[in-house]
Amino acid sequence: MISPLEARYYRRRMPLLWWAHRRSYAIFLVRELSSAFVALFVVELLLLVRAVARGPAAYDSFLDALARPAVIAVNLVALAFVLLHAVTFANLTPRAMVVRLRGRRVPSRLILAGVYLGWLAVTAFLAWLVLS
Amino acid sequence: MEQITLRVARYRPDDEETEPALVDYDVPLRPDWAVLDGLNYIKDELDGTLSYRWSCRMGICGSCGMMVDGEPKLSCATFLSDLAPGPVRIEPLANFPVIRDLVVDLTDFMHKLGSVKPWLIREVEKPVEDGEYLQTPAQLDEFKQFSMCINCMLCYAACPVYGLDGSFVGPAAIALAHRYDLDSRDEGDRERLTILAQPDGVWDCTFVGECSTACPKGVDPAGAIQQAKLAAAQEAVKNLLLPWRSR
Repeated sequence: MISPLEARYYRRRMPLLWWAHRRSYAIFLVRELSSAFVALFVVELLLLVRAVARGPAAYDSFLDALARPAVIAVNLVALAFVLLHAVTFANLTPRAMVVRLRGRRVPSRLILAGVYLGWLAVTAFLAWLVLS
Repeated sequence: MEQITLRVARYRPDDEETEPALVDYDVPLRPDWAVLDGLNYIKDELDGTLSYRWSCRMGICGSCGMMVDGEPKLSCATFLSDLAPGPVRIEPLANFPVIRDLVVDLTDFMHKLGSVKPWLIREVEKPVEDGEYLQTPAQLDEFKQFSMCINCMLCYAACPVYGLDGSFVGPAAIALAHRYDLDSRDEGDRERLTILAQPDGVWDCTFVGECSTACPKGVDPAGAIQQAKLAAAQEAVKNLLLPWRSR
């Protein structure tokens, strides 16, 4: 039940293109959109695993499919979005995580450095695994 | 004296108006005048029917929040000289229903604020004669930032999630809940987390981060919400792994 006073309120609705009205909203939406590309990479990885499971022929044809220029172009765009996603995610970590060591709060910069060092270590390990 | 035009949203349901209309008023452009001074000039000298909320004129009371050129601002802390040459568009706070002119209804927030129990919860209350609950400066620092909130609602006006889904508890209420969760004197964090982890609680937040940008007091509601998410997730995992632990 709304009162007669409330019935006269002016209620505004968010316009459909609300995100286009402010730069920060637009950037936010691009970041949200980047999740779709993260999902794309996950699907690609799952398809790779399936191809490996089906044997050398399936694996080779999967690699051929990935080598097509159109697929490479899509993957490059996806990589750009995934990097944006990863970097913005990492940069937000110190605000979401409060870490204490011996009762003292670890400064944001150290947490951020930890996240990037971890990322670097995982990347180096994967590079060693693939290239060696 | 140099003038600046304030383009003010007027909504007068008493006059059978069905939607707000922008009305131009020319006010003196003085270097020491904030938007609020301009509105007071309109009210005193040009049109006494203009309605808006204000009180302290010094960024403490949180009454004079409005949209200034599309951004949620405290009108007492936004200077006309920074907005020159104008015109300056002044509208009621976004995402709230408008009662009249620049006055919005904040009832929804008041209900939400109460729902997160922003007060000290103790398992057993100490008798008054036993004195205060003591706290060290370091313990105070843990939550002080989040206690600076003045309930001005700029964060709700900046939050697209609240604009799209009015049932979201919202930034200020969650930041205040988090303020008590971090308080060493409080023992109600699990009780509050149960409330915050419900639908319409912290998980509705998509971390746009505009609440923290809009905050005139340097509170970081977006950070508070993410910290509450982390705490809620940890609590859920603990309950899953150790179902016998007391609730």
